[in-house]
Amino acid sequence: MKKILIIGATSAIAREVAKIYVLQGARLCLAGRDEKKLHIVADDLTARGAQAVQVLTVELTDPATHGDMIKQAEDFLQGLDCVLIAYGSLPDQHACEADAGQTLKELNTNFISVVALLTRLANDMEQRGHGVLAVISSVAGDRGRQSNYIYGAAKGGLSIFLQGLRNRLASKGVHVLTVKPGFVDTPMTVDFNKGLLWVSAETVAQGIVKAMDKKRDVVYLPWFWRGIMLIIKSIPERMFKKMKL
Amino acid sequence: MNVFQSWGRIPAVRQNKLFPEWRNTLSIEDRGSLLLPYGRGRSYGDSCLNDRQTICVTSRLNHFIHFDREQGILRCESGVGLDEILQLVVPHGWFLAVTPGTQYVTVGGAIANDVHGKNHHLAGTFGCHLTAFELVRTTGERLYCSATENAAMFKATIGGLGLTGLITWAEIRLKKMATPFMDSETIRFENLAEFFVLSEESDRDWEYTVAWIDCLAQGESLGRGLFIRGRHSEQLMSASGKIAKRRLSMPVNAPGFLLNQYTIRLFNKIYYRKNRKGESVAHGHYESFFYPLDSIGNWNRMYGRRGFYQYQCLVPLSDGQAIITRLLEMIAASGMGSFLSVLKKFGDIESPGMLSFPRPGITLALDFPNYGTKLLTLFEKLDEQVMQAKGAVYPAKDARMSAKAFQHYFPQWRDFSRYRDPGMSSSFWRRVTGE
Repeated sequence: MKKILIIGATSAIAREVAKIYVLQGARLCLAGRDEKKLHIVADDLTARGAQAVQVLTVELTDPATHGDMIKQAEDFLQGLDCVLIAYGSLPDQHACEADAGQTLKELNTNFISVVALLTRLANDMEQRGHGVLAVISSVAGDRGRQSNYIYGAAKGGLSIFLQGLRNRLASKGVHVLTVKPGFVDTPMTVDFNKGLLWVSAETVAQGIVKAMDKKRDVVYLPWFWRGIMLIIKSIPERMFKKMKL
Repeated sequence: MNVFQSWGRIPAVRQNKLFPEWRNTLSIEDRGSLLLPYGRGRSYGDSCLNDRQTICVTSRLNHFIHFDREQGILRCESGVGLDEILQLVVPHGWFLAVTPGTQYVTVGGAIANDVHGKNHHLAGTFGCHLTAFELVRTTGERLYCSATENAAMFKATIGGLGLTGLITWAEIRLKKMATPFMDSETIRFENLAEFFVLSEESDRDWEYTVAWIDCLAQGESLGRGLFIRGRHSEQLMSASGKIAKRRLSMPVNAPGFLLNQYTIRLFNKIYYRKNRKGESVAHGHYESFFYPLDSIGNWNRMYGRRGFYQYQCLVPLSDGQAIITRLLEMIAASGMGSFLSVLKKFGDIESPGMLSFPRPGITLALDFPNYGTKLLTLFEKLDEQVMQAKGAVYPAKDARMSAKAFQHYFPQWRDFSRYRDPGMSSSFWRRVTGE
């Protein structure tokens, strides 16, 4: 029976991942900011047959809360096998351009606080000699674009951090998975016009669970984003800077 | 604004979308535009559309709240689909007390249209198995509704076409079943009189009954068809009986000429003769019994770009045979064929819904490719017969009935209107009431 901590558990992708693990009989801890929403998710999982679900209310952007949360999760789960970090925000790019404070806030939510959290989790797992750390980054972190580069910078930084962490922990029995979803139809992207490239949170969740099981390092979800990003990354900067992306 | 079509693909409208996500905090006040709750858009006509206004899509209100595995009581949010409910409850020996012919509808939609199924003669409508729900109104009210609390609003919301407010969650009673399999029989009948005999006899000891008819057969064979009756099986199927998951799908629209009066006539003839002996017995999974069309994704595209119309009416039992005969004669004479024509006898279990469609009598459902004006003229003529007979036409399947016809079928609409949320409306409602 797997023992799983999901951080940012009210996100659409996290919820779908949790549903899959419930079917596998896992024990789950759901961490997030909003207690009532967490209980809605927890009740849903219990109705679906979850044997053990615990809700942890945490202000994740404040690293001072992280230690307690991890401790409580380990107590409830009686151990810790996997952690999925799924929280984040989609910044308003224009607001960030106009205000450095706003930019730093978004970088903290999407990058710095995640790094703080991973530092603790990594050390715990390294000591124990096993565990899986799955973190949701984004294809937006593969190349900076004018429409979305604050988010891109945060996710790009996060991907590099995960790369290094993976390298450090590879010989210690701890697996680090970087998840790079493309366009996902979630509440975060409600205002976008959806085309062919969009997929459901359920599809992405299936990809995440599969990648965790197979100990993959970096997954693009769906797979075709690897190709798309390869093309985007290969455009010479001299041309790229003139493109409206 | 995005372009939307309902299942019948007539009409196409432009409307804004709203996606409430959390039942505890959602608010639908002060929109500056009229709202309509929207599930999966499986109504055929315009009762799930809100032209130039806003629809409130419940796809994210899809959490289960509580499943009592001993008592068979399920509480869930209104955007949960019947397909998701079945996936959850069937392994525990429970089934929906009433299910329509597709599982791809939401609980909210099933309540708003007070849907019925092949067991209406024994179980009544979906609303008969509803214990409670929460209604959020644009006035800011949150009402707990049941048969005893806010009882009038409870009755108005069942079959209320989504116009009384947004249902955030609902609680339903499930029914016990032994296995996920069905025993069924298909019996050929030569004419309408035989249908009535079979129906009378089968409704006594078969839980589910329905008939398909060849609507183009005339004269002595008028109303001929296949009578299907089934019940939940006590026998578990052998392991080899694997469930066929949606394999087929219509990826694009079929060319418009594919379904014409000649191909439909041919299909009807062949389908009628598919049972050589005139009678066959089967043992199969519940999905193939209840939801044969669900196995073809987007089957509505079969009718091509122009879409199709459904016409489902009901007439009282007293002179049901005579009226159905007349309706079928008119359809056969028009030469415009229906691919799937369904006949079913409703029982006399009263629905709690104020505006519910089902009532005691015979219901006839037909779907027609969009033949244009001549089809609309035929519908008008059918309406005249149904009005005279004091019958009704099903709003969930309608894209064309006149205001006069609707008000004749549902004279209680003015009473109902008092319970309508002042901030809610639909294309259908504006069309048939002018409100």
